[in-house]
Amino acid sequence: MSGPGEQPILEARGLIRRFGGLVAVDNFSFAVSEGAIHGLIGPNGAGKTTTFNVISGFYAPNGGQVLYCGRNISGRKTSALAAMGLVRTFQGSTLFQELSVLDNVRVGRHLTARAGFASRLLGTDRPSERVADARARETLAFFGLEDLAGEPASNLSHGHQRMLGMAVALAAEPKVLLLDEPFTGMNPQETRRMMSLVRRIRDGGVTVMLVEHDMQAVMNLCDTITVMNFGALLVEGAPEEVRNDPAVIEAYLGAAADSGAGHAA
Amino acid sequence: MWRIAVRLRLILLFAALAALPYLLSYSQQEIAVLLVINVLLVCSYRLLTLTGEWSLGHVVMMGVGAYASALLTKRLGVPVPVSMLAGGMIAAAGAAMLSFPLFRMKGFYFLIGSFAAGEIIRLIWKRFTDPFGGPKGLKRIDAFPDIDIGFLEIDFYEPVNYYFLALIVVSASLYVLYRIERSRVGLTFHAIHWQDRLAESVGVDTFRYRTLAFVIASFFAGIAGGLYGHYVGAVNPTRFGVDQMVYVLVWAIVGGTATLHGPILGVVVLTVINEIVLRGLGMDTVRPLIYGAILILSVLYLPDGLESLGPRLRARLRRRERDPAAAGGGAA
Repeated sequence: MSGPGEQPILEARGLIRRFGGLVAVDNFSFAVSEGAIHGLIGPNGAGKTTTFNVISGFYAPNGGQVLYCGRNISGRKTSALAAMGLVRTFQGSTLFQELSVLDNVRVGRHLTARAGFASRLLGTDRPSERVADARARETLAFFGLEDLAGEPASNLSHGHQRMLGMAVALAAEPKVLLLDEPFTGMNPQETRRMMSLVRRIRDGGVTVMLVEHDMQAVMNLCDTITVMNFGALLVEGAPEEVRNDPAVIEAYLGAAADSGAGHAA
Repeated sequence: MWRIAVRLRLILLFAALAALPYLLSYSQQEIAVLLVINVLLVCSYRLLTLTGEWSLGHVVMMGVGAYASALLTKRLGVPVPVSMLAGGMIAAAGAAMLSFPLFRMKGFYFLIGSFAAGEIIRLIWKRFTDPFGGPKGLKRIDAFPDIDIGFLEIDFYEPVNYYFLALIVVSASLYVLYRIERSRVGLTFHAIHWQDRLAESVGVDTFRYRTLAFVIASFFAGIAGGLYGHYVGAVNPTRFGVDQMVYVLVWAIVGGTATLHGPILGVVVLTVINEIVLRGLGMDTVRPLIYGAILILSVLYLPDGLESLGPRLRARLRRRERDPAAAGGGAA
């Protein structure tokens, strides 16, 4: 497994991602230690989501490396990363909208409910499918969605849809869970509930990394926070260090003189 | 209870299908054979559409099966039932190879790519007279061998007998397609259709599953091709051209692709309209026009296909039962 002591479970070294002439991620590095809740924040357009897409295999990096448990995983397919235990969620309500809530989570168990094509055809995969079903229902219960199992996902409220998105990811039994803006569009009550769920997921042995705009949630939830600006690392540290760092304050609020210009852009 | 009702319905359906040829004229029996083969063609096509990809090469894959099975019997003396199965497998192998370039694309690009790939295969048939027979294609393809075991004699030149053979092969194939869709494989196909990035993020290798759908669909298209070739006795590149593909698309769209019976409804209804109504009225030449009109009308007024008619009517009836006054307002 991971090396002795302090080897991070997930690490980026000098990551670069360009889109044409635009450098979205520019020589960016960070390290996530095992068992942590690690926040990635930054002003709009700082390159957070691009970083997420590079880590989770949707884009290959133009330079640098992503290390997972000490292995270089840059440019590997998303499905291969999921098989290694690196699973991401998506912004908004990215779900299998037309499938039932239970079927959404059953798809999430794709990797653990393996069976050959012949056994699918003959129905001899039934025992493993029954286990997958039971586990899917457990996952739904964890998120308080068990009563909605038969509903089409599209019928769910926004808050429930976000929960379901996380349930699908958790059903894949990740070691590292990448959450893309898990609290967006939630009311304070839902946010609090989601925060406690994220903590419980971490306490269950899953390392969590998240991108989020809700500053209060990030400050309360995360053990470590990495701040990005213009595609590069600005500051990394504990929440209270980051909160009071002048560079961070300037990045978010801008110097008094050019704050108007920043908004216009 | 429900299972018994379904079983009873299936028994009735098969009884009707068994009685059908005896109610038809000789030429209508021939059409019934082709109809059964087309049912397999369009249902196998639907399996590919479950993943969200629409191909324009499906009829060409049918042709691959037909050519392969015909050549195996003509050149290598392979017995016909074996050659049909081999034809399906060769079509499947062709699909597996084509997946590598084609599934680098999605949506519209895949559609056009599959069209180009199909045309290349058709050009190969046209260009290489040996062994494909060039533009004239292959003729005098071996027929399905007669069965003669004393008390039982079946001559497959008779459309009635070939109808039953096709019915058995197609029913078995449809059952396999049904099992695939009901299994986790089918669930995964649906998942890829609705949100391929999310499926990928929980470990679904979307390329592999799209390939799998394409391979299975092409296998059964190839089987349909084998059934066709050994019945008609001749195949040529034009028979598997894009105009034939358009008919498959129209059947699938008019019938609907959400259920297994949708495309079957499509092909049956349109064939009946085509053969009985149009040919009966001597309007054979306006067939494409009528087909086009039906397609437009169904897209406008029945976008979920003929398959949605039943549930819609049932829902309307139920509403009327519950609240007779509101039914009129609800429908308006």
